[in-house]
Amino acid sequence: MNEEIKVDKTRRNLVVATSVVGGAASVGAAVPFVASMWPSERTRAAGAPVEIDVSKLASGELGVFEWRGKPLWVMKRSKEMLDGLGQIEPRLTDPKSEVSSQQPRYAKNEYRSIKPEVMVVIGVCTHLGCSPQVKGADAKAEMGGDWPGGFYCPCHGSKFDVAGRVYKGSPAPTNLEVPPHMYLSESTLLVGEDQEIKGA
Amino acid sequence: MRAFAFIFLLTPLAALSAVTGYRLDSSPHDLRDLVSLQSGARTYMNYCLGCHGLQFMRYKGLTELGLTEAQIKEHLLFSADKVGDAMKGVADPKEAKAWFGVAPPDLSVIARVRGPDWLYTYLRTFYRDPKTVTGWNNAVFPNVAMPHALWSLQGEKRLDIVAHGDSAGHAAVEYKWSEISQGSQSPAQYDATVRDLVNFLVYVGEPAAAERKAIGIVVLFVLGVLFIFAFLLKKEFWKDVK
Amino acid sequence: MESRPGLWGWFDARMPSVAEQWRIHASEYYAPKNFNFWYYFGSLALLVLVIQIVSGIFLTMSYKPDASLAFGSVEYIMRDVPGGWILRYIHSTGASAFFIVVYLHMFRAMLYGSYREPRELVWIFGVLIYLTLMGEAFFGYLLPWGQMSYWGAQVIVNLFGTVPFIGPDLALWIRGDYVVSDATLNRFFALHVIALPLVLLGLVVAHILALHDVGSNNPDGIEIKKLKDANGRPLDGIPFHPYYTVKDIVGAVVFLAIFSFVMFFAPEMGGYFLEHNNFIPADPLKTPEHIAPVWYFTPYYSILRAVPPLFNSQFPGVLAMGVAVLILFFLPWLDRSPVKSIRYRGALYKSWLAAFVVAFVILGYLGVNPTTVWGQFGFDAFFLDTKEIATWAARLCTIVYFLFFILMPWYTARDKVLPVPERVTA
Repeated sequence: MNEEIKVDKTRRNLVVATSVVGGAASVGAAVPFVASMWPSERTRAAGAPVEIDVSKLASGELGVFEWRGKPLWVMKRSKEMLDGLGQIEPRLTDPKSEVSSQQPRYAKNEYRSIKPEVMVVIGVCTHLGCSPQVKGADAKAEMGGDWPGGFYCPCHGSKFDVAGRVYKGSPAPTNLEVPPHMYLSESTLLVGEDQEIKGA
Repeated sequence: MRAFAFIFLLTPLAALSAVTGYRLDSSPHDLRDLVSLQSGARTYMNYCLGCHGLQFMRYKGLTELGLTEAQIKEHLLFSADKVGDAMKGVADPKEAKAWFGVAPPDLSVIARVRGPDWLYTYLRTFYRDPKTVTGWNNAVFPNVAMPHALWSLQGEKRLDIVAHGDSAGHAAVEYKWSEISQGSQSPAQYDATVRDLVNFLVYVGEPAAAERKAIGIVVLFVLGVLFIFAFLLKKEFWKDVK
Repeated sequence: MESRPGLWGWFDARMPSVAEQWRIHASEYYAPKNFNFWYYFGSLALLVLVIQIVSGIFLTMSYKPDASLAFGSVEYIMRDVPGGWILRYIHSTGASAFFIVVYLHMFRAMLYGSYREPRELVWIFGVLIYLTLMGEAFFGYLLPWGQMSYWGAQVIVNLFGTVPFIGPDLALWIRGDYVVSDATLNRFFALHVIALPLVLLGLVVAHILALHDVGSNNPDGIEIKKLKDANGRPLDGIPFHPYYTVKDIVGAVVFLAIFSFVMFFAPEMGGYFLEHNNFIPADPLKTPEHIAPVWYFTPYYSILRAVPPLFNSQFPGVLAMGVAVLILFFLPWLDRSPVKSIRYRGALYKSWLAAFVVAFVILGYLGVNPTTVWGQFGFDAFFLDTKEIATWAARLCTIVYFLFFILMPWYTARDKVLPVPERVTA
């Protein structure tokens, strides 16, 4: 009887041991398959940081670029635009940019950027992903008498200001996303990389 | 039963069938030599990229040779703007085809087609031949359309091919090399340059080669351990049988 | 009926056929206890099938079946896709491994008479699997779009063009174009990725079900079901699970070690698994000097080449090649020996089988090389209507190959046999 129990124990131990090693080997074998689905070198090259010469933008002009397949908005904000940022705070959902997922640490300020006069946001509405339209301060006829200028999303009516902050009452829940960015020089903006995440 | 296995094992011997033509030298390259690979990369960018692209190789890949992205940008980034881009050839393929009669092929996997020995010998056996369009010919690749791109390093050579029968009546070909002019490198230096260039081409042919071998060792080790356990398990259960 | 506890009990109460199938095919499938080395290759073939399907799925995520993109997409997989080179080498090594395993598996059947009554249907499904596998490999080989891919496909499709009357239209229909082109590539991709794998899976299921319905053969070629114990279980049988599951795991580990050695240290296998010329992108305007099919097709290619044109047509060669494969179907009826296993057969059969193997291997070797590989006869030999030694050898071996089958009813009936044992031996 004891013999049988010993044999059973040996068998169970061997089954367990072989299963453990086999399991580890299987996990190892699965690694290349799972890894192959991460972005390839080609995709990462296409998603590499983008350099923009901001000195070429006129005051009030919005430049539309592309970064990682999405529209990248770089706008030279005028003095009026910057002055108006404080006044409209009561009308905004998140005027102080408390939602940290929408901007890097260095953009958690009133103008949501490194340089006050240069806006850097991803031009994708945070509701369901349409690309909003530019509606300047002169579009008061359609946007209302108190419209200081900003962006309007035609899909479901979300509104954003010239710092990408979302208006109360919009279907969009959060401010427009600010991508990681940094300045290589006074006029050269690099989007996609910053001092914290080199080579992201 | 053993006879069958024995027969199977013998078949590779038949690969000893003769290969006629110029005897190939053995390429002395070493893929672990990063300095050699960097030197080969430099030679390639300076002498080859003008006509031959490496479209499947990205500049960024050169970081595996011990170079930083800044170094690549500054010294080697000739045919692209970004380090993530591929090493396209500089010449327009259609124009090059008009010049040479055939578009210079992309060399990304040439080492896998020809083998390093062939490449090493080929790049060292160009000779002057007034009968060809380019004025150059090659002992390993007769009447090749490519001129001797590295002639300024090797200098010019002359080849006399003498065919004669030996005492047993078999045909034999004798290759007589002679020098016409000297290049900027001595023969030994030139051989080293070509060795490094071939090294680079072999690397470009399969950049994952080093990783492949390293992982292979780990895999075989794990399977060895697994074999021990699986075998013991089998033996234990089969005690029941008979 | 008492129900089992827990989640498994819940499931088993609603789908009892799962446990039932496990009993039928594993825990209560009584297999002969004397399976030897030759019996590993069935489970290994199944393993390779799984390996090819899984690696194939992941390759399909990055491969582009377009004539202008295909070659580049394979290099993209090799370089830019993380771990992509592993996927590629698994699949290329697996293709050759599949044929090595399948040939050894088929050879086992020839050694022990596993195709004999009552297992003729198992053999027929098996030959159908072999044919499907050849098609699968042929379609898959075009996909990298190298010079060998392209011209190999061109040559083989042109073979179909030699069929009398319907040939040219047949070739046009297969290709979808006047030459092998993007249209051909795209449809070969569909056939390779979906159509033939489904057919293969269905045939493998049929193959195993047909086997399990009658029970496995063994190295002694005797039927273990003839002698049963009080419970109706074969005296010389042991349940497949756990004994053969545990044994096949060892076999699988050894196989994977050899597979991994090749994959990680010699994936090209001297140009036999990954051919050198296939690293040149396909060029419809430039035929390579020497076109040869991949090694696993070369015996039949040799037969094709050995048959000279007759009546101004290449079709006889194509016919010979086709018959060489199809004659396998008839093996169960060509073998008239009273015994199944080579262990109890006489010298006639053993000699013929040896000659068949030697002929097959020589044909295979010759098929990889040009017909000039062994030169010419020094003397004015015109035996078998050729001066080339290799062609002469190919013709001789082709004759041996066919005679092995054609004469089989005669020499298997005449052959001396030894008495078979009552119980299995080791």
